[in-house]
Order: sequence, then C-alpha cells, then structure tokens
Amino acid sequence: MQQILVNGVVLSANYALIALGITLIFSIMNILNFAHGQMFMIGGFMVYYVYGVHGLSYGLALATAALVAGAIGALFEIGLFRRVKRIAAREENSMLLAVGTALLLENGALFAFGEKQRGVPPVVGGVYRIGDAFLPANRLLVVLVSLALIAALLLFVQYTKPGRAMRALAQDREVTCLMGVDVGRISVLGFALGAALAGLAGGLLVTVSGVNAGIGTAVSTKAFIMIMIGGAGVVAGSILGAVALGFAEAIGYALLPGSVTYLLIFVGMILFLCFRPQGLMGKPWG
Amino acid sequence: MLAKLRLDRRSVVAGAGALALAGILAGAGPASAENVLKIGVLGVMSGPAASWGLVNKYCAEATAQMVNDKGGVEIGGEKYRIQIVSVDDRNDPKLTVSGAERLIQQEGIRYIIGPNVDTTAASVRPVAEKNGAIYFPYAFSKSLYTPPAGNAVLGMIASYQAGPIIYKYLMDKAGVKSVAFVARNEADPLNQRNEGVDAAKKLGLRIVSADDTYEPGTTDFFPVMSKVVAGNPDLIVLSGAAPADSPLLIRAARELGYNGVLSTETAQDIKVLNEGAGKNADGFISVGGASTPEIRSAYMEDFVKRYEKIAGEWNDEAGTKVYALEIILATLQKAGKDAITDTNLYKKTLDGFSMKNPFLKQDAELRYVGTSYFGQKRQIGVPMVVNQVENGRFKTLFVGSVE
Repeated sequence: MQQILVNGVVLSANYALIALGITLIFSIMNILNFAHGQMFMIGGFMVYYVYGVHGLSYGLALATAALVAGAIGALFEIGLFRRVKRIAAREENSMLLAVGTALLLENGALFAFGEKQRGVPPVVGGVYRIGDAFLPANRLLVVLVSLALIAALLLFVQYTKPGRAMRALAQDREVTCLMGVDVGRISVLGFALGAALAGLAGGLLVTVSGVNAGIGTAVSTKAFIMIMIGGAGVVAGSILGAVALGFAEAIGYALLPGSVTYLLIFVGMILFLCFRPQGLMGKPWG
Repeated sequence: MLAKLRLDRRSVVAGAGALALAGILAGAGPASAENVLKIGVLGVMSGPAASWGLVNKYCAEATAQMVNDKGGVEIGGEKYRIQIVSVDDRNDPKLTVSGAERLIQQEGIRYIIGPNVDTTAASVRPVAEKNGAIYFPYAFSKSLYTPPAGNAVLGMIASYQAGPIIYKYLMDKAGVKSVAFVARNEADPLNQRNEGVDAAKKLGLRIVSADDTYEPGTTDFFPVMSKVVAGNPDLIVLSGAAPADSPLLIRAARELGYNGVLSTETAQDIKVLNEGAGKNADGFISVGGASTPEIRSAYMEDFVKRYEKIAGEWNDEAGTKVYALEIILATLQKAGKDAITDTNLYKKTLDGFSMKNPFLKQDAELRYVGTSYFGQKRQIGVPMVVNQVENGRFKTLFVGSVE
C-alpha cells in the first residue's frame, strides 16, 4: 500500500508538469497542442546531449531544454499558428496545424537524433525506504523539482503582470485587447511557456524514463486525458487531472491485471465525460 | 556568406535544367545497361518502434553497398547491382498492405525483408501469395510459416525457440526455480509471454505471476514492476521487450530491491542498456545474432563499419538482422536467375540450401530451418547467440541453433 502511495505521488508530480504546459497553451490560444509530447521529447534530447553526452551540469541541461522547447513554441506561434488563427474560419485548421507540427518534430527528431532509445545516469544515486516502499533519490529529486516548477508557474500566473494578462486573455480575448494588453506578445509568451514546461518535463523525466524520437504521441495522449479529467484550460484542473491519472495508474497496476488498468481508465473517463463534459474544474460555457 | 547562398530565379531555372540534362545523360549512359535486382524492405520506420524497421533497412543497405562495391552479385552468369527499396508501414497493417502492393506490383519486387510484428506480417500474406512474392518477417506467429502458408520465411530466432533454452540454462546454472513474466500490452509481446509461460511450465518452473503488462509509451515502470518484484521470483522474463523498454524495466526492478535474474528473448543494444540502466544491467540476459566482438568474423567487422556509416552508429539489434539479404542473394545464386522473378524456384531451393556463415569467426553453416516448428523450412537459421551483460559489455554465454 505504501508503495502504491509513493508511486502515485511520483506519477502525479511528473504528469502535472506535462499537463500544465498543454493547458496553458489551450487556455490562452484555444489551441489543443498535439505537438506537446514532441516538445517533451525535444527537452529530453537536449538534456541527453548537454548532460549525458557532453557531461555539463544538469541545471544547464534543464535550462537548455526549456529554452530550446520554448523557442520552438514561440516560433510555431509567430510563424504558423498566429497566421492560421487570423485567416482560418474554422477552429479545426489550427488543430490540424498542430498535428502537422507534431509529425514535423517527430520525423525531424528521428532524422537528427536517430532511432535509438537514449538515457542519462540518475542525477543523484541511492534509494530511500519509506516503510515498506522504495523511493529512488533521483525520483524524489524529480518530484521536488516538478513541485517547485509548478509552484513557480502558479505564482507567475497569479501575481505577475504578464501572468495576469495571460489569465485575462484566457477569460476574454476581446476585452483583454480593449484593456490595452499586447495580445500578440502575451500569446507568444504563453505558447513559449507551455512548450518550455513540456521541455522541462522531458528534461526531468529523461533521468527516469529516457527518451526516443517516438515518445511524444504517448505523452500527448496522457496530457489530453489529464486535461479532459481536470477541465481544459484550467490550471488547477490540470493538476487535479494529473493526480487522478497518477493515482489511477499506480492503484491499477498494483491491484489489477496490467492490461485492465488503462481499459478502466478510458472507460471511467468516457463515463465521467458523459456526465461532466467540461471536466472537474472546467466551466460548462467554455 | 548569406549573399552567396541566395538564388535568383534565373539560376534556379538554369540549375534545374542542368540537373534534368544530367539525369537524361546518366540514364542514357552505361548505368542503364546494368542489371538491377530490387529488394524490398517493409516495416515500421517511424514512431516508437522505429528502430525495428530501421535496423532492417540499414542492414539491407549496408549489405547492398558491400555487394555493389564488389561489382554486384553474380546470378546465373550475370552481374546484378542491388537496389534497396524501403517502405515505412508505421506498424499499421493498412499501410503494410499498400506498401507491399507498391513494392510487388509497381516496383516488380519479389523478395521483401519485413515486416516486424504479427499483425503487419499477417496482412502481407494475401498480397504476397497472390503475386508470388516471398517475405521475411520478424514476427513469430507460427501460422505465417506453417502450411498452407508458404511464402513467409522467419528472419530470426523466435521467442518460443530461445525461451526454453534460456530457462533451462538458468535452471541448471543459476538454480532458478520460479519465474514471473511482464509484457507490453500488445499482440506480439503477449503471444510471446504466453509461449514463455507454456515453456516454463513444461520445464517445471513455478509461475509466480504472468498477467502483469504495461502500455506502449509507458514512461514510468515503477508501478508495474512493484507488483512483479513483490512476488520475489528467481527470474523475471521481459516478454517481447522492445530495446527502449528493457533498460527502464531493469532499472525499476533493481531500484525496487530485486536481486534475481532478468532476461528477455528479444535482441537488445548494449549502448541503450548502459545508458538507461547503467550498472543495473549487469547480469541481464538477451538474444543476439552476430553481435558480440568475440564471435564476429572479419566480414562482420566490415559490415559493422559499413552499418555505422549508414546509420551513424552501431546497433546490436543488427546482429540478428544482418542475415536476411545475405541469404536471399546466396539462395538466388543457387536457384538461378529465373528465381529472381519466379519465387517457386527459390522455394524449391530452400530444403537443400547451405552456405558458410560469413558473419561468425567459427566455421558454421547457414541454412534454412524450422521443420520441427512449422513442418517446413521457413526460417533463416540464424545462430541463437545468448548474451549476458557483464561490466557494461555483452558476453556470449552460448551459441545454439534451431532445427
């Protein structure tokens, strides 16, 4: 039981960081970023090369992961999404564009980084015993850094001027424009921040799970599950979704045959959405 | 510098014209008179399982380059340059069928290396049989190779062939008495797990657990391995484990305090294991081909260098996949040039075919096997090389064979 709790906490913290980035982009831009998992993958590869291959500090590697993923996010927003959002009459166009960027990044990574799984040594060694449960020190570090990053993001969104502008943009784009907010700049910042969070998550988890060019789709799928549970575009909801998925996975794998776990998660999610399509914390009107 | 790279419209048009002219001249030159033997590679070359199909592709390209550098392969008194035509099926049977149709009907190819899993391999069967093509899947379903099926030749050692031998070895040498299985929740690994469980039962091993699975794309294996390790088996078998998953499963098991033996019946890459699992990978047992330096011939060393040039780096998985094109070409040499288009002639040659295994240092035969499993020779007799990780390197435990 203790191991289930430990596994649930570790998974929840990791997933929350993934879910926060995608929900940030959705709330500000109203774009479901299908390339979120690929941003995660890019972050993982950056840490692999900076920390794993060149032996530079892990902190520098994480910063590189955030910067590179954030820069790609900003370029996508400025060069692609902004134009499509401006000229396209249908919202599906931006979704299709997002799918295209996901495929672009995945195949680009396959070409640039190869087909192999890559991994780096744990940043810290050792395993803690908590009662009957095992908790590797590296996983604990990942959890703590994830929690610190989540707290930093929440504080940024809550108390800084750009953060308030992001929240305003998420609530009402037109009114935010009328209030004199530079919507273009805030959109770029939001997209870059969401992508950087995905890159950071990838950079953190590469020490636990490694990375390969094809990992993105599975990560995006989990991110979608979390924001559907928590409520698309609601920051607190995405964290709640991450906790729900993390503990459902930990409990399911411990108590059920493995193949049943995700079957039940999907069935449960479908039933849940039938009764509360806006998710736990989403508003019925959007 | 940037100014030099800028092209105006006139230079683009002139360049395109020159390229077109060069293409026409090249087509009209001596190269057009050359015989070309096209070989298809069909498999997953993108997405999470990309390494399976890409390794097939790189192996075929490396072998083709080596053959072409020597002037091509001589079949029935004529020299043929080898051309590899690759199609990515993304592990999707629909794409596999359209890929097979393209290779067979448009390209006129009769010999295809791949695909990689049971579902895609099964989808090729009607296309191959209808058009008289032979394909070399890396999928283990027996129905692909058992009559009335006759056009598929298994390209490597199957898990149900390697598993019992590895378990018996571990029972005798390491005193293993109990086993747990963990598999990826996909058709191939689940089939391999079921075959492994049957084999373990027949050998008298106690099955501690066999229903633990993980989803494709799992990034954290701690939850699933917590349950497996809790049963404290002497051996944990990673059924059908992809090279990407193995190091993470091993690391999770060791971090959970597991001290027993871990093994798989699939081929792995030592660099991936070292990066993902570090010292935790020590003792891990897997299947190889001609991958360890201690058993490689000089020809295999040349192949490794060629592979590295093509793929950028060596992959130990290639040790099991190096055989396909080599044996296809040697069989065609024996069957005669009509077999290039008539695969019935190729099939008739399978029973008596034998050549020296060019990839191993020791004198060994390379032939078609599989009679005892499929009732006919529909498997490349790849040697069963069982490796164990020792101080970050593969060490060959033993080399076996199947009939």
